[in-house]
Amino acid sequence: MAEEKKRGYLDMELLRFTTAGSVDDGKSTLIGRLLYDSKAIFQDQLDAMEESSKRKGEEHINLALLTDGLRAEREQGITIDVAYRYFATPKRKFIIADTPGHVQYTRNMVTGASTANLAIILVDARHGVIEQTLRHSYISSLLQIPHIVVCINKMDLVEYNEEIYETIKQNFMDFAPKFDVQDIRFIPISALNGDNVVNRSKNMPWYDGATLMYTLENVYIGSDQNHFDPRFPVQYVIRPQSDEFHDYRGYAGKIEGGIFNVGDEVKILPKGLNTKIKSIDFYKESLRTAAKPQSVTITLENDIDISRGDMIVKANNVPLISQDIDMMICWFNEKPMQNNGKYGLKHTSRDIRCVIKEISYKVNVNTLERDYEDKNVQMNDIARISIKSTAPIFYDSYRKNRNTGSVILIDEGTNETVAAGMII
Amino acid sequence: MGKIIMNHLRELESESMHVIREVAAQFERPALLFSGGKDSIVMVHLAKKAFHPAKIPFPLLHIDTGHNFQETLDFRDKLAKDAGAELLIRYVQDSIDNGRVVEEKGINASRNVLQTVTLLDAIEELKLDAALGGGRRDEEKARAKERFFSHRDEFGQWDPKNQRPELWSTYNGRKRIGEHFRVFPISNWTEMDVWQYILMENIEIPSLYFTHRRKVFTRDGVWMAVDPCLQMKESEEIIEMDVRCRTIGDITCTGVTLSKATTLEDIIEEIAATRITERGGRADDKRSEAAMEDRKKEGYF
Repeated sequence: MAEEKKRGYLDMELLRFTTAGSVDDGKSTLIGRLLYDSKAIFQDQLDAMEESSKRKGEEHINLALLTDGLRAEREQGITIDVAYRYFATPKRKFIIADTPGHVQYTRNMVTGASTANLAIILVDARHGVIEQTLRHSYISSLLQIPHIVVCINKMDLVEYNEEIYETIKQNFMDFAPKFDVQDIRFIPISALNGDNVVNRSKNMPWYDGATLMYTLENVYIGSDQNHFDPRFPVQYVIRPQSDEFHDYRGYAGKIEGGIFNVGDEVKILPKGLNTKIKSIDFYKESLRTAAKPQSVTITLENDIDISRGDMIVKANNVPLISQDIDMMICWFNEKPMQNNGKYGLKHTSRDIRCVIKEISYKVNVNTLERDYEDKNVQMNDIARISIKSTAPIFYDSYRKNRNTGSVILIDEGTNETVAAGMII
Repeated sequence: MGKIIMNHLRELESESMHVIREVAAQFERPALLFSGGKDSIVMVHLAKKAFHPAKIPFPLLHIDTGHNFQETLDFRDKLAKDAGAELLIRYVQDSIDNGRVVEEKGINASRNVLQTVTLLDAIEELKLDAALGGGRRDEEKARAKERFFSHRDEFGQWDPKNQRPELWSTYNGRKRIGEHFRVFPISNWTEMDVWQYILMENIEIPSLYFTHRRKVFTRDGVWMAVDPCLQMKESEEIIEMDVRCRTIGDITCTGVTLSKATTLEDIIEEIAATRITERGGRADDKRSEAAMEDRKKEGYF
């Protein structure tokens, strides 16, 4: 293989995107087409799908069979859980978080959205902007997905009519001020026929924008991560019990914000002590500089007692520190949230506890209206709450940093993850 | 601020190192399930990187079906020694001798299903609270919904309908006594990523992955290696072909592929052009549409 090719795939970027929708939206068809046209579906998978479709008496190969992995899902013909799919083009490797679209699976959509750089929102050209469109857009905005691509699908069923496309686009833009998203794009497609998915459509000469695949391959993701506020939650302390590294004391972790350089003046939280970075180690290499989201090991000039849950930050750029936190949450559990209830709280590498102090309002995800009366937070509900933690946490707002601005709540009886919180 | 982008392999590597470190931090008695295949070799490499200059702070555990290519075992022993890691081996043969499991009979007999019992017994015996595995979501459709931190009840079972939501890079490893976790640090890697990473990092792998001349026969459209532990039908004919292993598992259910690939670069080109999935040669997955889901629920790897 040519050296050029090897360099080629070492230059590939990773893009994580999410899709939400039900079978009717053509979501499975769209994913199927992206996978098929990028050669990520293999012959034996196609054969298995064909056989299964035939057994059920279906005429065409049902692409949904590829995305619905669990037996219950195949039996009921629905997607229940988040499924992860993978494909690559010469430019990028893609991870799809494929989630169900109905309101009773809001929690799965939230889960899939949490790591995504981009969301594909599917709109049926025949129905235009509907409740589900708003719900998916709101969740994308709540989870701060930087890029939204609104695919107006089934254009073949409206005779590729430009006016219909423009009307839907305008309707969506009327709602857009309610969403906190910087980058919204629109593409008219037919997932079934492949128009503007991978190849440009001959049926819509009036559209001169990019195809979906071109957008996925080229959308600029270099500024999606926070490169400004250096944050390093200590995950694990490395102390080799060997003669060669007798005095070595390294702090292992993943950089969750900004850039660190050897020699940087840093502050250790919660103690508040200052010191300097002595080295940034990555296996046998010593780096001069490291940035989010690298996993590295940092050593410091001074011998300070540091353990898991502490955070190394730049001395002149300190996060917020508080025990009283306001956040938006999505509730995941069948057991409703208990007002004044106590929960385990996980924030970066810290494990503490908290109590729910106040439920301010719930958000109706279909109308985006706030409900200040109903304080009963149940599964799939989104609400604004205030908590008090047993110890101060060091955080940034979720808008600034999705990693240092997020928490999960844990039921201490069942150990289940019961909520995801985005700090305001 | 300039453009700061890591290539996809470095980003996957960082994610995996983070998960492996979480395991060391959140659990008391983890172990890394080591099969000798490329995925577990990559796992050991990632674990070395995660804890350097200290040694890997948990043992490697191999569940030995007794139906291995000898080279896999030699490679396993050398790798553990070089990494300075403790190697634990538990044998399916012992489970058979103790009457814990009954050997399958017939032409398609395999110990693949039996290993689940040996594995769960080992987890109980060693009081493991986390077992790191090299499973990837792209391998099989039931795996596509697997979490990084996958909770198992006290019977070692997986409940796919009641998995913990997993957001951002926050992993909840809390559990009751007797329960354990399976952790899959390379969940987000594809077969191609694994090979590209092996090339990028210059990781040594068993020569079985490269093309060699071997006695083989064909069954249900899959090429199988001739071996004493594999019962052959009379109609099956032995021939010599240039083949390589695309996955290395139990001999009785791992097919070999006809190939001309003698270097890592060749393998990558071959995979880029292939139209059959990696597990397409695995007889264990073909037993039914939900074969993997059923085995996973019972506690399979």
